[in-house]
Amino acid sequence: MLKDITLGQYFPGDTAVHRLDPRTKLILTVVYIAALFTANNWFGYLLVFAALAAVMIIAHIGPKAVLRGLKPLIFIIVFTAILNLFFTAGDDYIFHWRFIKITHTGVHNAVTMALRVMLLVAGTFLLTYTTSPLAITDGLEMLLSPLKKLKVPVYELSLMMSIALRFIPTLIEETDRIMSAQKARGADLESGTLIDRAKALLPLLIPLFVSAFRRADELATAMECRCYNGGEGRTRMKVLKMHRGDAVAFLLGAALMAGVILLRRVSL
Amino acid sequence: MPLMEIRGLSHIYSAGTPFEKKALDAVDFSLEPQTTVGLIGHTGSGKSTLIQHLNALLKPSSGTVVFDGQDIFASKEIMRKTRFRVGLVFQYPEYQLFEETVYADIAFGPKNQKLSQEQIDIRVRGAAQFVGIDESLLDQSPLELSGGQKRRVAIAGVLAMDPELLILDEPTAGLDPAGREELLRNIFAWREAREAAILLVTHDMGIAARCDRLAVMAGGHIVMQGVPGEVFSHAEELQSLGLDLPDASHIALLLRKKGLPLSDSIYSLDVLRDELLALWRKGGAAC
Repeated sequence: MLKDITLGQYFPGDTAVHRLDPRTKLILTVVYIAALFTANNWFGYLLVFAALAAVMIIAHIGPKAVLRGLKPLIFIIVFTAILNLFFTAGDDYIFHWRFIKITHTGVHNAVTMALRVMLLVAGTFLLTYTTSPLAITDGLEMLLSPLKKLKVPVYELSLMMSIALRFIPTLIEETDRIMSAQKARGADLESGTLIDRAKALLPLLIPLFVSAFRRADELATAMECRCYNGGEGRTRMKVLKMHRGDAVAFLLGAALMAGVILLRRVSL
Repeated sequence: MPLMEIRGLSHIYSAGTPFEKKALDAVDFSLEPQTTVGLIGHTGSGKSTLIQHLNALLKPSSGTVVFDGQDIFASKEIMRKTRFRVGLVFQYPEYQLFEETVYADIAFGPKNQKLSQEQIDIRVRGAAQFVGIDESLLDQSPLELSGGQKRRVAIAGVLAMDPELLILDEPTAGLDPAGREELLRNIFAWREAREAAILLVTHDMGIAARCDRLAVMAGGHIVMQGVPGEVFSHAEELQSLGLDLPDASHIALLLRKKGLPLSDSIYSLDVLRDELLALWRKGGAAC
């Protein structure tokens, strides 16, 4: 079922991680990614992994949920690993047969690349697992608001983003429903040649587009009925405020980054 | 032999996640041929989940569905064939229309059945006639029709597969009273002519009262079933499940509370009138 897609799904909760300001979480996610790509040896990765595990434990997010999120990406991870394995230049061969060459550097690159991608995705999933989409957009808007001076339409962008996020579950549900309805009329979405399958998508896509346009129209009307006219002078229902916890989180984030930089000097 | 037999059917959504939800819990239910069965229940009682098992769209977590002596989940082949024999009309089916013409949209099901061109033509015209779609509309785009007409076209799309069991999920939701009445008459006429069975999910007790049998769902269970008179005699229980009563049952219930000796199986206004007249002729004290 499409409903089981966990990509970017929010798991409501009331832990220290859930309560953090979305801005803090956004910045710390960037710090985490930077730390991940700064690390250059096993100690560094271990530290990053420890940070990830600690946040998972505090946020009560089980390894199962994170692994399920990684599932759709297995192909990409395996693909990058294989590319690195076979196409890394070097002379330190482990295995050499005609045009197939595997080098020590290749193995090392393949493993670290796969590790990095997995840690990267798992970390960003933690953000979306513990922060509601609306909070994320609010946080992004606040973080980007200095760009307003450069005439970047930050408010409109964040409105578009929150509307898009708001409608993802609706559209997934709708797709599910139309799919069921067409299957009930004998539509076969799973077998046949590639062209057959592309054709079989039409009965799904056309009603989906029709209803998306209808919804957009209705939403625009509803917004106009309530005299919506852009971001100028609007107040918010939930005013974002930093707390002590956020300060602690920033300190920990700085510690992670510092730790990774120090560990770069350690050589195996 | 029942047309369809459901044994110990359970369904759990999102098993193994924090959103796990048991939508159906060991449902036992059977459907006799050539009957119209009404399925009533509050929103979230599991009606929609149940009906999606009956044509193999959803696979049960446990339990079986036997249609015409055959387990419908036995193989992929049988699951697909069952979808043609058990027609399912979803709620607001007008949102599934996609073809360029009404004709092509109604023909989608029969085409998937791999019927010949002539057979498809007969099916399409027959189905359109049953739901009251005029021949002149067949060449129009379904998206240009009115809401009520779209609904009819969508239902015709399922009728055209010539199912032996037709399941309709709230077919009259959002229609005006005249449109509702006409659609119901069309569906009942189709059942008569085809000698098929109908399972009708509804919130409208006026419609439920016209079914041969009723089943009441609550919390993933079937909590009551029987002929309408039997089911509606549990008036207070139905109300406690958040369900309405047919007007006649409601009036009778209120009069009984005032002390009138009316029977508790009243659900049609005619019967109510007759019983009240009989009481009045006897010169009952309360009147």
